[in-house]
Amino acid sequence: MRDNELLCHLDIGSRFENVELVQVMLADALDDLGFDDESRHWIEVAVREAVANAIKHGNRQDPGKRVEVDLSLEGADLVIQVLDQGEGFEPEGVADPLDPVNLMRVNGRGIFFMQRFMDSIDYDRAPGGGTVVTMRKRVPNREST
Amino acid sequence: MKYSDRQIGDVTVLDIKGKITIGLGDIALRDAVMGALNLGATKLLINLKEVTTIDSSGVGELVSAYTTVTNRGGKLKLCNLPAKVSDILQITQLITVFEVYDGEAEALASF
Repeated sequence: MRDNELLCHLDIGSRFENVELVQVMLADALDDLGFDDESRHWIEVAVREAVANAIKHGNRQDPGKRVEVDLSLEGADLVIQVLDQGEGFEPEGVADPLDPVNLMRVNGRGIFFMQRFMDSIDYDRAPGGGTVVTMRKRVPNREST
Repeated sequence: MKYSDRQIGDVTVLDIKGKITIGLGDIALRDAVMGALNLGATKLLINLKEVTTIDSSGVGELVSAYTTVTNRGGKLKLCNLPAKVSDILQITQLITVFEVYDGEAEALASF
């Protein structure tokens, strides 16, 4: 079994301004882990999308519902988990934003960005309800254990 | 996100600065475009030179602005895209939709 080292945990209210808090925490962690500026930017974009989705689509901006963000190391991977308290989510139901019929849609690109900028992304139902999104990114120069 | 507007001939130039992201930036971009349209602008140039980040909501607002302006018979163009904004428009294939110019003078001459 791989070691899982928790780097940081953040518990935020369902307000969009709190996405900025997550980004500050994430930027520090990515810096410490040795990600270059370019990688850092795109990881931040992906995580911002996950947190914004949790607030908007998961918790439907209910100020009484929380979003939790965990950053941890698992082997050579940075693992970022975003947990909401919503009704659940079916990623298969999201339309392809590159399909010509969807190109001019205002919404529907957040998951695409997450998939594009991270190595992997998985969705699960959380044990206590809600959705947990797990994103992974290989950490530069880090040996797998 | 902050913005200011300038009038160059019959073109309204919107200078956008900072993050076009969910919550504040996307709404500010909408306000900037709608404000210009409500004042009668029909030719809009969005100068993105000082934009640091754009997310899916920001991209959505750009699409919405383009559709709104076009549906009113106007024109909306973009100039001075930072590399990361250009990358996002490439990835989303919206680079094929927007008229994008490297510099402001070139963009102004195109209207």
